[in-house]
Amino acid sequence: MISPLLLSVKLALVTSVLLLALGLPLAWWLAFTRFRLRFLVEAVVALPIVLPPTVLGFYLLLTLGSRGGLGAFWVRMTGHTLAFSFEGLVLGSVLYSLPFAVQPFTAALAAVDRRLLAASASLGASGWRTFWRITFPLALPGIVTGFALSFAHTLGEFGVVLMLGGNIPGRTQTASIAIYDNVQIMDYAAAGRQSLMLLGMSFTLLVLINALNRSNSWRLR
Amino acid sequence: MNAPQAVLRVQIHLPLERFPLDCSFEAKGEAVVLFGSSGAGKTSVLDCIAGFRQPTEGAIELGGRTLFSSEDHVSVPVRRRRIGYLSQQPALFPHLNARQNIEYGLLDLPHSERAARVDSMMERLRIHPLAASRPSAISGGEQQRVALARTLVCEPELLLLDEPLSALDLALKSLLLEALFDWQRERGVPMLYVTHEQQEAYSLSRRVLVMEKGRVVADGEPREVFNAPFSRERAALSGYENIFDAVIEEAHPALGTMTCRVAGTDLMLESPIAQKAAGANASLAVRAGDILVATLRPSGISARNILAGTIDAIEDRAGMVELRVLCGATGFQVHITRGALQNLELQRGQPVWLIIKTHSIEFLRS
Repeated sequence: MISPLLLSVKLALVTSVLLLALGLPLAWWLAFTRFRLRFLVEAVVALPIVLPPTVLGFYLLLTLGSRGGLGAFWVRMTGHTLAFSFEGLVLGSVLYSLPFAVQPFTAALAAVDRRLLAASASLGASGWRTFWRITFPLALPGIVTGFALSFAHTLGEFGVVLMLGGNIPGRTQTASIAIYDNVQIMDYAAAGRQSLMLLGMSFTLLVLINALNRSNSWRLR
Repeated sequence: MNAPQAVLRVQIHLPLERFPLDCSFEAKGEAVVLFGSSGAGKTSVLDCIAGFRQPTEGAIELGGRTLFSSEDHVSVPVRRRRIGYLSQQPALFPHLNARQNIEYGLLDLPHSERAARVDSMMERLRIHPLAASRPSAISGGEQQRVALARTLVCEPELLLLDEPLSALDLALKSLLLEALFDWQRERGVPMLYVTHEQQEAYSLSRRVLVMEKGRVVADGEPREVFNAPFSRERAALSGYENIFDAVIEEAHPALGTMTCRVAGTDLMLESPIAQKAAGANASLAVRAGDILVATLRPSGISARNILAGTIDAIEDRAGMVELRVLCGATGFQVHITRGALQNLELQRGQPVWLIIKTHSIEFLRS
């Protein structure tokens, strides 16, 4: 049986990798599009920041349950429901942490000097080459920040997981929910250990990002 | 070395914020200076040719290739135009060293060929010692040399240069210009060089295109272009607000002046002497900013034209005041500062004196 802390780390890792793969193209589009209604897309992306996690969790529960559209489809495909499963938690976390990845990505991509991109094109580079050789390396600090923030944010997630995953030990019981449980049964010692672990991990992560970005900006100076 | 001469044909129309860009010209394997004040549309022309902006109408051709055609709905993407573009900002990639910057456009070549071309270009521009340096570690002049190498090493079929050397000191500038022009002559590649300095235009090329408000208003050798009398149209575009038809009354060769009568009036103006006989028609132009206003008749002054008039209108424009002064039936537009307006306490209907130097009066081409 997987421990709550390990489950949290696994969830956070899967979520932030998925957000890197999905969020980067979305951020690229947001940074470079001239689409007039871009602000609407930005608002949808930012929604999880202001929305109570229970609200997001509630709607997800409706969608992912065996009677919801996506949930029913998932049941047909895999034989088990998406709600109350690890996959369901991943989906919820991806949505919940979306702004924490996409916003730093977008800011970093938009901050790359357009003259460099113009120079790259006039030197014959395709859009793909320009992205991987110029845009991506120059935006890397922001991309690392987005990755780490979405990791840390998912690590501490509570409301969405509770609504969507229930509290099944070994399957959907993450560290933050285990802490809540332990407090409920007055096991302050266990709650304290787990809290300290989460605190330490989050703090270490933020220190690492800052250190990394500092050395990165030195590299470019 | 005689290289085949590629031809650039440009015919573009594009509405800009303040005026439409509307110009057409050809360049045949030669260096052409695009001259004009800032904001005349020179950079927009380069951007259209390079593909960074799309004209609404027109066609651009280079060496027989159609780069843009509104009629055929063709617009070749920037990266396939094979045009070298260098502006005042070197725009070097900050995370790559000088050598990596220079070879960026050659990444599709086999390694040995790429290295050979980069080496010879670095040799040519004398930047070998900089190879391993990041852009942030080298001076502005060195950065611009690396940027030039990066552009030339791709063997572009056209060079667009937007005041590329204006931030450099004179010695470095002439060194780079020499390298640039040698390279251009060897290959017979057409080159457009944008500048707003007349001196630079003289020294760079035998052909100058003068741009004003989005149009090419003159095309020829620098001496011819800069000394020739303006057309009426170009005078209006160049900020000569006062343009009059006149008749030559009398020439005074000994004094170096001529007396001209503004057509249909009794108003006389003293102009510089020109190759015109008494009785001939002429067009005269005076900039509104070249006319002085006095509330008392000045005396002991070198200016030959002191005209009595009345203020007909006062308009406060951004940054200056525009007066309309009637001298008999002839209206003059005069620009003064807001400070001068307050100081002289000018009012509508007030009698004033206009003072115009002889040499502030230009003859226009008839």
